[in-house]
Amino acid sequence: MNVLGSYVPGTSALHRAPAGAKLAVLVGLGAGSVLLQSPVRVAVAVGVVLVGYLVAGLGWRAPVDQLRPLVWLLGFTLVFHLVVSGWPRATVVVGTVVLLVLAAGLVTLTTRTTALVEVVVKLCGPLRRIGVDPERVGLMVALGVRCVPVVITLAEQVRDAQRARGLTASPRAFAVPLVVRALRHADGLGEALVARGVDD
Amino acid sequence: MLIEVTGVSHRYGSRTVLADVTVSLDEARIGVIGANGSGKSTFARLLNALVVPTDGRVRLDGLDTARSARDVRRRVGFCFTDPDAQIVMPTVAEDVAFGLRRLRLSKAAVADKVQAALTSYGLDGHADHPAHLLSGGQKQLLALASVLVTEPDLLVLDEPTTLLDLANARRVSELVAALPQQVLLVTHHLDLLAAFDRVLVFHEGRLVADDAPAAAVSFYRGLLA
Repeated sequence: MNVLGSYVPGTSALHRAPAGAKLAVLVGLGAGSVLLQSPVRVAVAVGVVLVGYLVAGLGWRAPVDQLRPLVWLLGFTLVFHLVVSGWPRATVVVGTVVLLVLAAGLVTLTTRTTALVEVVVKLCGPLRRIGVDPERVGLMVALGVRCVPVVITLAEQVRDAQRARGLTASPRAFAVPLVVRALRHADGLGEALVARGVDD
Repeated sequence: MLIEVTGVSHRYGSRTVLADVTVSLDEARIGVIGANGSGKSTFARLLNALVVPTDGRVRLDGLDTARSARDVRRRVGFCFTDPDAQIVMPTVAEDVAFGLRRLRLSKAAVADKVQAALTSYGLDGHADHPAHLLSGGQKQLLALASVLVTEPDLLVLDEPTTLLDLANARRVSELVAALPQQVLLVTHHLDLLAAFDRVLVFHEGRLVADDAPAAAVSFYRGLLA
């Protein structure tokens, strides 16, 4: 499974497009998504993004992988809106979430993290005047992307340990060790950053 | 590099983890052994200024780790037991390039150094590979490459082979043995120390032996008997 942040090397037009332009389109799509008020428009937009996956040579599995972690959330949202506001609204809401997740996935899958970080650092440049360190913000973004697979791995390890001890339906037995391990990992990562000269 | 540790003690709260350690080291290959909780990892962390001693002083070529932490870290590379905690960037090449940021090199120079490091440490062809998908051995090689690409004078390794299988442990130890840098290796794998110049033994926070590998390892085995 290809999770957020797993850049897939390639030479497609999307891979070669500047990271700033891709982020701008993504932000524009997010802002413009409020205008997508009909199921047909949402479907067309999702279709365009799916074409983007094909153009980037990512295949059909990549968009499925991006959506898989959200299946329960999407299902719950769909049912909720079907009950509360009917199928057209339910389709628009769920379709818009799908659209934005797929679009964000397309950007991260076709853009190196360093390129994304460079854009963030540039955008945060003016904030230096009020004491914000753009390099730190960029590092925070990079670490956020890096930590997604780490937390997924930690969750898998905790779940395996839970199963091995027969605690299959205990949210507490899952959450507590996961948080403890995540904090321990964060501690180690902080130490490693210092060792690698991040505070220089 | 001359490592001078003078009258060093370190406490975490009320717990003393190092007690009155004094030693001077300038050998190329230095081993550190001891049971879990003996203080050997804290000793290693002193050398990269990750830990500043509660009492005493640590100097590397005259640089005091308490006052010149940044300068010390530029000259001392540190490799942790768990490479997952050390890999900062999502892909292999990006992580190797990360340590070069502070050197303010051109993009082309960074790319050249990264490529050379990947080739040297057997990671050629993995440049764009997600770091989290590497095997344990490859992750440790990546951690080493990411530290060594900055060309430190001293490399401190804190149990780098503990999480590795025999083949990968051997690969990492061979790689370390071939390094031109001064190396301080903390390990439980006593056979790795056979060709070292000097081995320190820690026990309950104290430096209890400082000898040639065979004698130090023999002393350590005696402690555990």
